[in-house]
Amino acid sequence: MRRTTHRRRALGALLASSALVALAACGGSDSGSAAEVPTKLGKMEGKVSILAWPGYVEDGSNDPKVDWVTAFEKETKCEVTSKTYGTSDEAFNLAKTGDYDVVVSSGDLTARMVASKEAVEVNTDLIPNYEKVFDFLKDQEWNTFDGKHYGVPHGYGANLLMYNEDEVSPAPTSWSAVFEPEEMAKYKGKITSYDSPIYIADAALYLMKHSPELGIKNPYALDDKQFAATIDLLKEQRKNVGEYWSDYLKEISAFETGDSVIGTTWQVIVNSIDTKKTKVKAVLPEEGATGWSDTWMISSQAKSPNCAYAWLNYIDSPQANAQATEYFGEAPNSKEACDFASDPGFCDSYKAGDEDFASKLWYWRTPVAECLDGRTDVECKDYSEWTKAWTEIKG
Amino acid sequence: MSTDTSRAAVPSRTAARRASSLLTSKPWLRLTLLLTAPLTWLVLVYVVALAALLVTALWSVDSFTGEITRSLTFDNIKEIATESLYRTVTLRTIGVAAAVTIIDIAIALPIAFYMAKIASRRMQRVLVIAVLTPLWASYLVKAFAWRSVLSDDGIFEWASSKIGMGTPGYGITAVIITQAYIWLPYVILPIFAGLERVPNSLLDASGDLGASAWQTLRTVVFPLLKPAIIAGSIFSFSLTLGDYITVNIVGGANQMLGNLVYTNVGAANNLPLAAAVALIPIVIMIGYLTAVRRTGALENL
Repeated sequence: MRRTTHRRRALGALLASSALVALAACGGSDSGSAAEVPTKLGKMEGKVSILAWPGYVEDGSNDPKVDWVTAFEKETKCEVTSKTYGTSDEAFNLAKTGDYDVVVSSGDLTARMVASKEAVEVNTDLIPNYEKVFDFLKDQEWNTFDGKHYGVPHGYGANLLMYNEDEVSPAPTSWSAVFEPEEMAKYKGKITSYDSPIYIADAALYLMKHSPELGIKNPYALDDKQFAATIDLLKEQRKNVGEYWSDYLKEISAFETGDSVIGTTWQVIVNSIDTKKTKVKAVLPEEGATGWSDTWMISSQAKSPNCAYAWLNYIDSPQANAQATEYFGEAPNSKEACDFASDPGFCDSYKAGDEDFASKLWYWRTPVAECLDGRTDVECKDYSEWTKAWTEIKG
Repeated sequence: MSTDTSRAAVPSRTAARRASSLLTSKPWLRLTLLLTAPLTWLVLVYVVALAALLVTALWSVDSFTGEITRSLTFDNIKEIATESLYRTVTLRTIGVAAAVTIIDIAIALPIAFYMAKIASRRMQRVLVIAVLTPLWASYLVKAFAWRSVLSDDGIFEWASSKIGMGTPGYGITAVIITQAYIWLPYVILPIFAGLERVPNSLLDASGDLGASAWQTLRTVVFPLLKPAIIAGSIFSFSLTLGDYITVNIVGGANQMLGNLVYTNVGAANNLPLAAAVALIPIVIMIGYLTAVRRTGALENL
């Protein structure tokens, strides 16, 4: 997986740049037809095409031991073709082409998929495995819109605070370690942060707890004043940041060599760091954290809706879900999945089903002008403004 | 062309002969057939792509739907011209490109001189291969190798700590070192080629007339070599100007122009602004090329 991630990223960059010169010749095709929500399944179409994060749809071609697609194909006779993407924005553009029946979306994508009518309502009665899914993952604002389900949960994870146990003392319990000037000064040039506009939410979450006068209620809903304060905080942090990471291999190497000693992380990174080289620990700080919760959606332009339903049911089955989430490094979507994990400590290390843990997480959302926290008297900063601010923060 | 070839495809000697005599008697037809394919390629790949880039820069993106609005506006151009972010990043990028170019020329000159004028034929061939060998390795591998060399427990820290120094760490210095390493062969080769063209007799004559080695270099070799040096500098300068991967790997928290293009395409889904940013290095390169055109360096590429 390590090598493929790189190759895919390089390929993505190549595609992106060639797309730039060739310029988006064709606009997104508009599919206004509201598909009927099926009440029973028809005949399998024999194939299904899936758009997913790397590592979500593995048929053994990357690693012969990593394969949960073949079993699905045997069971349903639906042949799977899949494509991976690197960012939610890339996924959105690909989904619009209509070439995919199933799309897995993080919380910062689902709203866009629904608003642009690229995803259809899903009848969860046709997905028997949906019942086993943790309740706290169901009916959430990133998978249920106007009371309608637009997909089934896949897995979730948190952006944790990781530190080098030899270098950082006392052990941090709060995000203040990477946001307060006097604390940051101790590790100047060795602090690392996630390189994406969505990281602005991490700073907003910190201000939500430490600057109540700003009145932040949701780190993804920031008005002008709250946004400006958040950006100022991040610009202050920038002076102490050694490097930003978006490639998880880069963060692994930075912690192993000691170039970074404290910063945001994913559980999969913590597990990957060679403990012989560096002793690291990851904590969920007292303020809580941002995180992601992914949803399997069905495209409004799906050519194989029956196979799509079959896939949603299959990937939500404890066994397949355990394989996929364990391979990627995130918490699975059901208690039963824990029994199928190859590592008995899997669910403990990802804190699967720990509702106390899950309730402290603010899952990625797409910031939009209409404030996500329900305020109507102000306009919030949308994602394009977040992106612009992010390049300014990095300077 | 289609009529000619389809006729020629019929197994008839007369058809082929007729086509051939037609081509002989009509030189303009010959020329057209010969040039159509390469010219189409050239126009499509370079001219149309550049024009498309320019037009894209004048479009905008609807922030709600993420769709491109195809009506002309100068907002993107205005934005990159007025916002201090783009000025800072542009100046940083030019600074890095200039530093890389100067370092590369300083390293390439003695190496190329040795290769062209001092080394034996056999040695020369070995050296040319040695200079070219790094090009066989992937760019990414080399950048990641420098990442590990310059890291806190890397070989640079280990070696330089013995003389009381330390690694510069990840940042602009690391980017300059890495880029200077990666683009060095592209600077050595044109300078080597230029030096080979300087006749040895000129050096001998200069020495016979009493010039010191330094005088010979300064007054004989350097003027003859200037176009070759500029040719090499075009490579290192333009390649550094557009790079974003090295900065990502060893640049710490810094950004260059390429990163701004990359985030605007990848994360922000704002192709028009990315196109506008991409125009900055193009404008810089056009200025640079116009300035060096007079030196005759372009004939040396």
